Amino acid sequence: MDKTSLENLTRGLIRENPTFVMLLGMCPTLGVTTSAANGLGMGLATLFVLMLSNMAISLVKNLIPDMVRIPSFIVIIAAFVTVVDMLMAAYLPGLHAALGIFIPLIVVNCIILGRAEAFASKHNVWQSLLDAVGMGVGFSCALTLLGSVREILGSGSLFGHSFVGEGADTMLLFIMPPGAFLALAGLIITVNRLRGVK
Amino acid sequence: MAYLMIFVTAIFVNNIVLSQFLGICPFLGVSKKISTAAGMGIAVMFVITLSTIVTYLIYYSFLQPYNLSFMITVTFILVIASLVQMVEIILKKTSPALYQALGIFLPLITTNCAVLGIAILTIQKNYNLLAAVCYALASSMGFTLAIIIFAGIRERLNTTNIPAALKGTPIALITAGLLSMAFMGFAGISH
Repeated sequence: MDKTSLENLTRGLIRENPTFVMLLGMCPTLGVTTSAANGLGMGLATLFVLMLSNMAISLVKNLIPDMVRIPSFIVIIAAFVTVVDMLMAAYLPGLHAALGIFIPLIVVNCIILGRAEAFASKHNVWQSLLDAVGMGVGFSCALTLLGSVREILGSGSLFGHSFVGEGADTMLLFIMPPGAFLALAGLIITVNRLRGVK
Repeated sequence: MAYLMIFVTAIFVNNIVLSQFLGICPFLGVSKKISTAAGMGIAVMFVITLSTIVTYLIYYSFLQPYNLSFMITVTFILVIASLVQMVEIILKKTSPALYQALGIFLPLITTNCAVLGIAILTIQKNYNLLAAVCYALASSMGFTLAIIIFAGIRERLNTTNIPAALKGTPIALITAGLLSMAFMGFAGISH
C-alpha cells in the first residue's frame, strides 16, 4: 500500500480521531455508551453507513451540481441509514431496541456528512473507502472504550461478563446520564495528557 | 393535566440535552456567552416546534396511509432541511431584525439532532397533534433552559484558573455532568 493510502487509512484512528480529537458525533457518543456492547454496536453501524456513503458519494460526485451538493449527500446517507435500521431491526432486535432513537439519528451524525463533504466529494472511490474505514474504526474504538469504562465502573462488568460479587455496590452514576459526561471528560483529559498537554 | 405533565416531564425530568443527549453539538459549541446561547435557544424552539407540526402532518397524511413508514428518516430529514432553508429566506424578506438575531443560527440547526430526534420521537410516542405540539415546545424549552444555565456557568469559568489539560472541552463536560446530576433531582416529580 502506498504512502497516501496508508495515511488516509490511519488518519481517523488516532491523529484526527473523530471523538477524542475532533469532538464530532457527540450525541451517540454520550447517549448509547451505557455498556461496551452498545458502544461497539453503534460504532459498527456508523462504520457501515460511513463506508457505503463515502463510496456512493465518491462515485456520483461529478454528477451532482454544486448548488444541491449537501441535500444530495443527506439523501444518500439517509437511504443507507434506513437500510441499516431495517437490517438491525430484523437480525439484532435487542441491540436495535437498546440504541433506539440514535439509529435514525446516524443521518445527522456530523462525522458522516463531514467526511462526505471534506473527503469523498474530492477523492476516488478506493481512497474514500480507506478514509471511511479509518474514521469509522476510530469512532468505534472510542465508543467501545467509553462504553467499557462506563460499564466497568457502573455495572462492574465488561461485555456483560460480571466480575464483582452478587449484589455488590457499583458506581451506578456512571451508567446514568451524568456519568456519560464525566467519563468522557476523564478520557479526554487522559488523551490530552498523553498528547503532552500539561 | 396530561398536557401539563408532558410539559414538566419534557423540560425538567427528561431534559432533551442533559438526560436524552440530543443536541449536544450546539449545547457545547454555542454556549460561551449567555446572549448567543439565548439566541440559539429561541431559534431552536422556533424550528423544532414548526418542523414537528409539519412532519407530524406529513407522516399521518402521506406516509402512514400509503404504508411508507419506513421512509420516515429520509422524508423527515429532507423536510427539516428545506423547512430551515425556507424559514431563513422568509425571515430575511419579512423581518430583517429577527433575521439579524437568529439568522446565523439557522444553518447550524439542520444538523442539530434534536430537531430530527423530536420529530421521530413524537411519532413513536403516538401523540395527537396538540400533545405533539406541547411535547415539541416543551422539549425545546428544556434545551433553551439548559443551554442558558450552562452558558452562565461557562462565563464564570472564564475568569477562573483551570489546569491546562482540563481547559476547553473537558471542563465543559464536567460542568455539563454536574448540571445533569442536578437535573436528576427532578426525577422525583414524575412519580
